[in-house]
This record gives sequence, structure tokens and C-alpha cells, in this order.
Amino acid sequence: MGHFGSARIFKRNCAGEEKRVGTRTVVVGHRPVSEADAYVAQKFCDNRIVSSKYTVWNFLPKNLFEQFRRIANFYFLIIFLVQVIVDTPTSPVTSGLPLFFVITVTAIKQGYEDWLRHRADNEVNKSNVFIIENAKQVQKESEKIKVGDIVEVKADETFPCDLIFLASSSTDGTCYVTTASLDGESNFKTHYAVRDTTVLCTDEAIDSLTATIECEQPQPDLYKFVGRIIMYRSNQEPVARSLGPENLLLKGATLKNTKKIYGVAVYTGMETKMALNYQGKSQKRSAVEKSINAFLIVYLCILLSKATVCTTLKYVWQSNPFNDEPWYNEKTKKERETFKVNGFVFHSVCSSVILSYICKWQGDFLHQGKVDFGPVEFVFTDKTGTLTENSMEFIECCIDGHKYKDCISEVDGYSQTDGPLKYYGKAEKSREELFLRALCLCHTVRIKQADQVDGLIGHPECKNTYISSSPDEIALVKGAEKYGFTFLGLENDFMKIRNQKNETEMYQLLHTLNFDPVRRRMSVIVRTTSGKLLLFCKGADSSIFPRVQQEEIQQTKVHVDRNAMDGYRTLCVAFKELTQKEYDRIDRQLNEAKMALQDREEKMAKVFEDTEADMHLIGATAVEDRLQEQSAETIEALHAAGMKVWVLTGDKMETAKSTCYACRLFQTSTELLELTARVVGESERKEDRLHELLMDYHKRLIQDVPKPRGSLKRSWTLSQDYGLIIDGSTLSLILNPSQDSSSSHYKNIFLQICLKCTAVLCCRMAPLQKAQIVRMVKNTKGSPITLSVGDGANDVSMILEAHVGIGKEGRQAARNSDYAVPKFKHLRKLLLAHGHLYYVRIAHLVQYFFYKNLCFILPQFLYQFFCGFSQQPLYDAAYLTMYNICFTSLPILAYSLLEQGWMGLSTLSALLVQDTIHWGGLSQCTCPVFGNWTFGTIVFTVLVFTVTLKLALDTRFWTWMNHFVIWGSLAFYVFFSFFWGGVIWPFLKQQRMYFVFAHMLTSVSTWLAIILLIFISLFPEILLIVLKSIKERSHQVRNKMKYYQKHHHLSY
Amino acid sequence: MAVNYSAKEEADGHPAGAGPGGGAATGGGGAVKTRKPDNTAFKQQRLPAWQPILTAGTVLPAFFIIGLIFIPIGIGIFVTSNNIREYEIDYTGIEPSSPCNKCLNVSWDSTPPCTCTINFTLEHSFESNVFMYYGLSNFYQNHRRYVKSRDDSQLNGDNSSLLNPSKECEPYRTNEDKPIAPCGAIANSMFNDTLELYHVENDTRTAITLIKKGIAWWTDKNVKFRNPTGDGNNLTALFQGTTKPVNWPKPVYMLDSEPDNNGFINEDFIVWMRTAALPTFRKLYRLIERKSNLQPTLQAGKYSLDITYNYPVHSFDGRKRMILSTISWMGGKNPFLGIAYITVGSICFFLGVVLLIIHHKYGNRNTSADIPN
Repeated sequence: MGHFGSARIFKRNCAGEEKRVGTRTVVVGHRPVSEADAYVAQKFCDNRIVSSKYTVWNFLPKNLFEQFRRIANFYFLIIFLVQVIVDTPTSPVTSGLPLFFVITVTAIKQGYEDWLRHRADNEVNKSNVFIIENAKQVQKESEKIKVGDIVEVKADETFPCDLIFLASSSTDGTCYVTTASLDGESNFKTHYAVRDTTVLCTDEAIDSLTATIECEQPQPDLYKFVGRIIMYRSNQEPVARSLGPENLLLKGATLKNTKKIYGVAVYTGMETKMALNYQGKSQKRSAVEKSINAFLIVYLCILLSKATVCTTLKYVWQSNPFNDEPWYNEKTKKERETFKVNGFVFHSVCSSVILSYICKWQGDFLHQGKVDFGPVEFVFTDKTGTLTENSMEFIECCIDGHKYKDCISEVDGYSQTDGPLKYYGKAEKSREELFLRALCLCHTVRIKQADQVDGLIGHPECKNTYISSSPDEIALVKGAEKYGFTFLGLENDFMKIRNQKNETEMYQLLHTLNFDPVRRRMSVIVRTTSGKLLLFCKGADSSIFPRVQQEEIQQTKVHVDRNAMDGYRTLCVAFKELTQKEYDRIDRQLNEAKMALQDREEKMAKVFEDTEADMHLIGATAVEDRLQEQSAETIEALHAAGMKVWVLTGDKMETAKSTCYACRLFQTSTELLELTARVVGESERKEDRLHELLMDYHKRLIQDVPKPRGSLKRSWTLSQDYGLIIDGSTLSLILNPSQDSSSSHYKNIFLQICLKCTAVLCCRMAPLQKAQIVRMVKNTKGSPITLSVGDGANDVSMILEAHVGIGKEGRQAARNSDYAVPKFKHLRKLLLAHGHLYYVRIAHLVQYFFYKNLCFILPQFLYQFFCGFSQQPLYDAAYLTMYNICFTSLPILAYSLLEQGWMGLSTLSALLVQDTIHWGGLSQCTCPVFGNWTFGTIVFTVLVFTVTLKLALDTRFWTWMNHFVIWGSLAFYVFFSFFWGGVIWPFLKQQRMYFVFAHMLTSVSTWLAIILLIFISLFPEILLIVLKSIKERSHQVRNKMKYYQKHHHLSY
Repeated sequence: MAVNYSAKEEADGHPAGAGPGGGAATGGGGAVKTRKPDNTAFKQQRLPAWQPILTAGTVLPAFFIIGLIFIPIGIGIFVTSNNIREYEIDYTGIEPSSPCNKCLNVSWDSTPPCTCTINFTLEHSFESNVFMYYGLSNFYQNHRRYVKSRDDSQLNGDNSSLLNPSKECEPYRTNEDKPIAPCGAIANSMFNDTLELYHVENDTRTAITLIKKGIAWWTDKNVKFRNPTGDGNNLTALFQGTTKPVNWPKPVYMLDSEPDNNGFINEDFIVWMRTAALPTFRKLYRLIERKSNLQPTLQAGKYSLDITYNYPVHSFDGRKRMILSTISWMGGKNPFLGIAYITVGSICFFLGVVLLIIHHKYGNRNTSADIPN
């Protein structure tokens, strides 16, 4: 989880930089440890949360500054300034007004949002908390909490700051919290009080505690904390205890199922882990933004070329003296003297700023929508918990190579599991019992009364509920239960087990060596009632086998491999007996490591490594992880849509492979290419072997395949499907080979092979390797859009790496993702429906903006040929300004928010024809008697109606909003025109639009011309629709094919 | 049109209630916001919608109908337009044979004014009211410098603008330190030929009454253009302190003898001030009203046009025309519009037929088409 540090920017407005380094010392309850010690008060920031960006004073400058940092806004500001300074055909209002409008609207929106944030901050900062001062509860505002205060928190309250858990109302010193608002994990987590303070569970008792806490300076990782509490008792040596994340209650988490707890504040305000995590929102650029930029650039190029053409032609035209300056139209003195700035560019660019806002709104719509969707090419998915349910079921086990399996009625397909199952006593009885005890002891499962906690995996027959962070463990404990060994719970460090003879056995739990994904195993050290010291260890076969007696492996390995082939998750169980001496050493080392403030992780890992060695293998278990519903269909759909699905998992190759077959990632026809430790071998020649393999595959996939003719998609459907399997060790061999020379070469070949395969399975991946692969694909030529799906912490790296990160709802990964979905099958809808819609909408949005602005400037351009290239605007300034703001913006906005149609788009094709016809028609039939403003108004009317009706034609999904905005825009245009022409505006220099619109409408031929022109303009569009529908009908049989092809198109 | 009215079903990915973690966005100044969108019809994209399906079956009849509507309209326009009488005469005098050739190089202030007479014959009589236009070609009234060279507040009778015209009027803003009224290039270049029409019958010329009022827009004449206000109605006094436009022979308050057609509200002036859209344009000059129901407004026969040739166009290769035209319900002569309607209507109809055939043919035959590859 070290990614946070690099990927995020943290606000550091309290506690200076230098204080961050090293540790901080917190004096519990502000009671000096001893009078002799100089009490040096460290300054910590108060518990005020500031998430707002602005204050009343800095809002205006800061907001404006931020807005003008956007390219579009800045561009229009420049244009506006140029218009103010230089003589241009249009008034500065034309570009100033839209800019002002957009800036104002944005400022108001941001101001409102910030006000909301201020309010939320206040709510949090002013909420009441109880602080223990002088053995009394004192009610205070949350923001007044200081580091070192002892805080009392009651059930269902949120922790006001980061607290070290001292004591709780329950005697065992535990409490349950949910961190749903922190990381989205809604399950209950158990936290433990500092062991020596658990008894201090009243106000008076807790006040008597004299202690200091040394801990690291705040850091954003929610799951890391190292600290040490030193307790001073009268006349006794100070006692030091280590503090870990399990002792830390985070601000933002909520206390559950515990009446009250006492804790001492260690991090407050902006230094809490929650606040430190607040700022970081990943800065992923979206396709929308890119396409807008592309659009703006193209549009700008068109304008520039238009301006160039016009300017050139202007000078050509002016070379004729009676054109340049006829007697009726003499230049002013100034004009003669100065070379005039060609202002043409400016007046035609009338605001496409608003575009970005529409896209932003659209974005907000699809959750937070910073990220693109439609054109995803690569989907990287985790297996466990993502493709599969991650709800485990114990299937079978093997003890010393003998298989034990439930007698499952094959006919009915369900298991009859009343009472202890029959099993075949193949192995020695003592070994069996040892194995089952191991299963019962070697875990971190806790028991809760079923009615106490909700949302956990309940056991149907028993009123007890097992809770654990890992579903595998629950499955194993339940599995053991089937065989007669029931885990009864943990009481005061004693684990209780009921054995087959219904006797209760007690084991003292001495140490738990927790599971971690690097080690891939966990162990417990227990003391039996008879005083024997036992270490049980369970873990992945690859991590267990090297640590057990080699001669024991063989028989178990057969079973493990076979189970893995069947798609089960396998775990191996090993044990070792410890002598008291050994244990003492381990105990000492462990405690030392736990106490360490620096490099605790490394030290712990080393101790674990030393401890878990020379064990004896007892057996193995097989647990089934069922596939999620419809994951196969989803993968097929994604494949059909031309996306390449890669499975990245930490599981065994065999397990992963069978899952891949089950979810139809690999078809039976798929030819598998393997690049795993198995084929490459473990020998020293493995690099050469790898080289051979790579070359061979490369030859098969790339060189031998004849160059596909036609489109790429065709080559897919025709040629053989290839699937690639690669494992972690081989991958690291490819990416970091020993000889540096060939490194990039290998990588290249490997990448080429990968890209040719329809499906790739990467197993035995470390979290970082997952990210490596995503990065590798992301950076290939054409930089394809990648998407990662995952649920656990091990997927976070790849989720952050990919363009689109999707996390499973409620899991750790969701916090770091761009989108969260509850199930894998929703990906189909997300990508193919939402993604497609999003893409349709965006594509149409951009096209349409292009279209309408081009429509807008083209008549203007053509008009220049008739007015001596003098840059006379065709439309009135008001129309120029309002066109993009009012007349045509809302329909496309509604369209882009609501469209659900699947019709393809074709906008630009008919544009040129249409505008030329437009022009020819107009100049032919109406103009000689009209004034130029009337003429411009006619053109503009045709323009607005055409552009709006065209959108209406494209709309396949008419909600009331579409009706409202489309007809409303047109009505508004008419209304506005009447209004604008109906008054002599005192602030205008020229009353050129006075009654122009009304007068225009009195002419019948104008009406006829307008109707005709609108119809002609839309005719190609209508024709296209009809042709398409005929085509579709005639190809009804092919429809399905086309449907897929359409997706192919999309994915390019 | 096939119509399909549906309310989108509840998307299965969005359970109706907020999940356990969904609503738990407490504390922390919005630090952890729920990212689940509200469950509203709008946000969940479940607004009821009308989904028109444009199929060949629904659009093709529309084609026929459009064709059937457009063709009669087109024919109507065409016939009407053909019934409109229009006579046009170029009196620029480029050709040496033209009577006005002698006036070709007149300047603004040539005295006495050059006059010429052009005789012409109307083949058909003009039955209804006749509009008399003057037309200019290659005259860029739509040049940017020209279009903006006016001061509308001065023309609206604003006294301060009268004496201090807008900067836009440069270089026709002041003359000899006196403000020009009306200022600007447009006013300065006002068309000032005088056209008189005579009916020639047995060598006797009968003057035809040309009505000079009612040629401008009512709103222009009554609202947009106003003479400056002040004591009394003496325009000469009201325009005190201003000077005439450089090219005008007489000041603005002497444009006409009638007070309600003098000064800024002179209709010829108003018409001129409405700048034309294209370099070839015509402007209404006079009206000829039909006198009695028995006689046509202009009988077929010989006519002569007396021109007081003041307006120089030769320098910029321009042309001057006089146009006589009757009008109909749809305005002036406009054959193009009718033809366009007929063409579009026919194309629609034709395409409708063709597409219908294709539609039926393919629709039936290809249902058993092979699946490609």
C-alpha cells in the first residue's frame, strides 16, 4: 500500500515538515510522567478539519485564478482582451459575455460547493465529544481535542480523531468498528486495547493512568501504525508495550457493538489518517477531455485557415483600386496609416467554452466520470473475489497423502451433512487428529453470537458466527467441524476446541504470526494443556513445501496438484514441535521485533522466516471458490466486444487455469501457450529455454500468420485463438533478465506475443507485478485504454495503474478505484451498456459541437465572398453571442445526458453540401430586396432550426426533457428574436436588428424559403436514416454479426 | 411512425436502498463522500421516454406526403411568379449608343445636372400596383467599413448625437469642424438620381404619378428614424450647427418639401439607410397605384424615363437599373423558389418510390441471406 505516498498530494498545513520525521511523544492525559522530567510540550495541530478550499476573502481571486488556468477559459480571456484593445469586427461583448457567463456559473457552483464543505466541516468540528479531565467527563467541541486527551466514545459514534485504544466496556479489551466511510469495507473489524490498560474501564481508573506514547509521525496509510506505550506505575519499572494498527482507532470509523471505549488522541485534525487520505483523487485524464481538446484544436485550425484564406482574398480583392476604396466608402485616416489587425479569427470563434462544462456534467453523471469507458481495449481482472465469489467451501483434504472427502450424493448434487461425516481411516488416527487440530487452531477466526453482529457469514446450524478477514479460514474451520473438531472460541488467550469425543481441549495461544501476501502463510504457536509447544502453519504449497521435510512432500503434492487442476484453492498444513528453549528465543525475537519503531515489518518478516522452518507436512486442504454468477457470460461478452481480458492472480497456475476454463476465458479451441516455471524449468539453462520458447511462440503467432487483409477484427474471427499462461517467476525473468543486453528484446517479444493472444492468464503474481503488467500494456504503441478490476489490497496497485480502475463495492480496492461495482457481471453492463452509451454520447456530443459550429461559421465564410472580404459579420452580435450559449446548447446537453439510442452517427458528411445549397438557395431567391441584417437573420433562423431539428432526428430516446429543451430552444429563439428586435436598446450603438425579425416574417416568400431550406438541409440526414433502416432490414440475419462489429468499431 | 413508449426498467446493478456502506458518509467534512448517485429517475437514467423508430415503413409515406405537399406549393409559387410583370432597364450608359452615355462621368456636384431620357416599351400591361425600384450593381453596401458607418442615435433624433456624432462615422463625421448630419458613409453616398416616368401616347407624354410615401418600413419611419426635437417644427433651426454630408447638394432638411417626409424621416433616405445584403441590390423607389378598376396601372405601350443623372457609378464599375414590378401575395418575382419547391418535391416523391421498391424487393429476398464468413 505504499502507493499512496507517491500518488497523492497531501495537505500539510499543520505541523511543520521537520516534525514529520521521526516520532512524536504523546503524554496521556497531559500528566507529566515525573516531575523530574522536563515536560517539553510538543506542538500539535488542533482537531479542526478543514476541507474547504476558500474563505470569504480569498474566494474571488483564488477561484478566478483557478478558472483561468484552464486552457479554454484562458483562450477566451485573451480573445476578449484583444477585442477590447484592437479594432475588430465584433464587439468584445460577443466573446466577453459567454466567458463571463461560464465563469460566473462556475464560480457560483464552486462557491456553493465550498459553502457546503464549510458547513460539513463545521458540523464535524462543532460536534460534542466527551473528554476525561480530572476523573470527570467534560463535554467539549470536537475541534478542541488536543493530542493527549483521553476521549470517551460511545457505541455508534464516530471517532473524533485517531485514538490509541486504551480500554473498552467489554472485559476482554476488544471493540468492533466499521470503517465503511474510510475505505468502504462495511464488515466489522476487531480492535484490541493495550493489554495493560484494559482494566481501566471507568472514568476514575482511566484518569489514573500515567503513560507516554511514542509513535511515528502521521502518515496516510490506514493500515500501518507503529508505536510504543510506556506506562509508569508507582515504584515500578516502566512497562513498554508495542502498539500496532490493531490498537489504533481511526477518525471516521464508527464504534459498533461496544458500549463505550476510552482512547487517547494521538493524531488530530488534519493529521489524522483520514484527513491525510482526503486530498488524493487520482488525476486520470479522460477521453472526454482529450476529445474536447482535439475538437478545439481542429476547430481552431479551421478558423485559422479560414482567416488566412479570407485575408489573402481580401488583399487580392483590394488590389483593384475601385474595390479598395470607392468614393462612397473612403477609409479613415487611421485606417490608411495603420496596418489593420485581421480580426477575423476572433469573431467567428464564439465560445465553445461551454462545451467543457457539458462534458463535466456528463461526467458527474457516471459516478465521478473522470475516466473514459467506451474504448477500453484491455481488461485486467483479479481472480479471487472478482471472477469468483470468494465464499469458500471446504471440499476435501488429504492427510499424509490419503484423501478425505465428504460423501456427496452425486445424484442429487447436494451434500448431506448432518452430524460428523464418515471418513475413511486411511491415515493414522493421531495424524488425522493432529491435522484437524491444526485446522482448528491455525487461524484468526473469532466467534460472535449470531444476533450480535450483522452482515457476516453466518453458520446456518449453529447460533455462533465465525468472523474472519479471510473466507478461506472460515471454510477450513467449518471443514474441521464436519470432521468432528469444533472451534469454540478464544477465551483469555485460550483456544477452546471440542474434539470428536465431545471433550473440550484448551490451548494457550502464545503467538499468531499473521498472514501476509508476501509470505503467503500464517502460523500460530500454542501451548497444550500438557505443556507441549506446537507451531502450526498453513499456507500456499509453494511457501510451505520449501520449509518442510522434503521426503514428505511427494505424496501430498500429487493431491495438491490434482485439486488445483480442479480449480480448488489448496492450502498445505504443517506443524512443528518447539522445545521450551526454542520458544523462548522466538518469543524474545518476536517481542523485540514488535517493539521496534523502525523497520518493524522487515524485522518481523525475518523472525517469521526463521520460525517457520523445518516443519513437518501433515496434509493439504482443498477449498472451492465458486465462480460468480454470469462471470462466464460477462467474459464472453467482453471478448465479443473485442476487448482482451487478462486474468492476473496470485493463485496457482492449475487453479487459475481451471477457473479460466470455467469462465470461458479459454475455450476448448484455444491453443494455450505456456511460459511458466514448469515448461521453462528450474535449471540454470532456464534463460535459454525461455528464449527458445519465446522465439517459438513469436514465430507461431506473428511470423507465420499471413498478414491479415482488411480490418483487424476480421483476422481475429478467422484465425486460431491463442491463450497465454505466464507465471510470476517467468515474468520477472522476462522483465529483469540477468544479462542486461537482451532485456528489452525479451520484453518486446513477450509483449508482441501477449498482444496477439485473446486471453492471457498471469498466475502467481505479486501485487507489484500486476501493476507492472498493466503498465507494460498501457505503454505499448497506440497506448490502449486499460481497465483493471479487483477487490483486494493486492489489486490496488493495478487499479491505480490502469486508466480505469474498478473496485468491488465495499472492499478495500473500491477506495482506490474510479468506479465501484458490486459484482463482476456488472462489468458487462458498465462497459457495454454504460460504456457504450457514454461513448455514443460523447462521440455525438463532440461531433455535434463540431457540426453546429461549422454550420455557424460556414455561411459567414461564404458571405465574405459577397462583401469584399471585409469581415462583415453576417449575424447580429446578439445572435453571435447567444448561439452557443442559449439557442443550441440545451438540446445537446439533454441529449448527451439522456440518450440511450444505439444508432450510429453521421453528421459531418452532408454538411458541406447542405450549406452550399443553403447559400445558393438564399442568394438566389430572396436577397436582392433585403437588407443585410434581414438576410443574416434568415440564415440564422434556418441555421438554428436545422441544427436543432437535426439533433431531434438523431434523438432516439425522447424523455420529457428532450421535448422541453428542443422545442423550448426553438421557441426561445423566436421569442428572443422578437424581443431583441422589438425595442430600441439605449445601450446599443446601432439599432440594426430593430423589427428585422418581425418584418422578415411578414414576407411569405421568406417563410417558404426558410421551410424549404430547413428541409433541404435535413434531407440528407433523413435519407440516410431511411437507407440505413432498409439496409438493416435486408440484413436482418446479419444483425447479430453487425452488432458485434459495431462493438469492434467501438473498441478501436 | 412506429412508437415505443417505455419506462426503463430498474437497472439490476442498482439496488434500491443504499447499501451498508453507502449512506455512511459521516464525519470528516465530506472527506469520504458516498459515490453512489441518488436513486432518482433522472440520475439512474430511468426517465420514461418516447422512442421513435424511423423505419423505411414509417419514413417512406412521409416522403410521399412531403412530395405531395411541396409540388403543389411549388407550382403555385411558379405560376404566381410568372404572372408577376417585371421590367428592368439599365440606364448606366456604358454603351456609347445609350442616351445616358453622356452622363457617365458625372461627378457629385456637376451643375447643371446631367439629364437623359430613355424610351422603352412595355409588351404587357401591368395590372396591379406597380413598384418602382432602382438597382445598383457592384456597390458594396455590405462592406464592413460601410455598414458600421452610421450613427443610429443621431438618426433617432438624439440631440447630443446630432452635434457629436459617433466615431464610427469617420471619415464622414465632421466637415470643416461642423458635425455632419446625417453622418457616416452610408448617408453620404445616398442615391440621388431622380427618375420620372412618362407614358408616351401619340407623342404626348403623360406623367405617371409616382408616390414617394409608404416605401419604407413603418417602424423605421415612425420609431427608428426621428428628426431632432426642439422648439418649433422648423427643421432648419433644429439642424442648426450641423453641416450637410460632403457629397450632398443640399442639407438633410431640404430633402423634401413636405414636412413629414423631410429630414431624417425622408423615406428615400430611410430606404437607403437599410444596407443591402449583397453587392447587387435593388431598393424601392416609388409606388404607382392603380387608379381605377377598369384600367391597368401601366398599360402596354411606350414609355419614357427621365433621369436626372447625379449618381456616379462608373468609377467603381457599377451599374444602375430601374425596375418596374408588380407584386403578388408572395412578394416580388421569384421563379427560383417555385422551381426549388417543385424539384425538392419531385425528388422526395421519386426517392420515395425508388426506396419503396428497394425496400420491398430486398426486404423479401434477403431474409435468407447467407451469413458472411
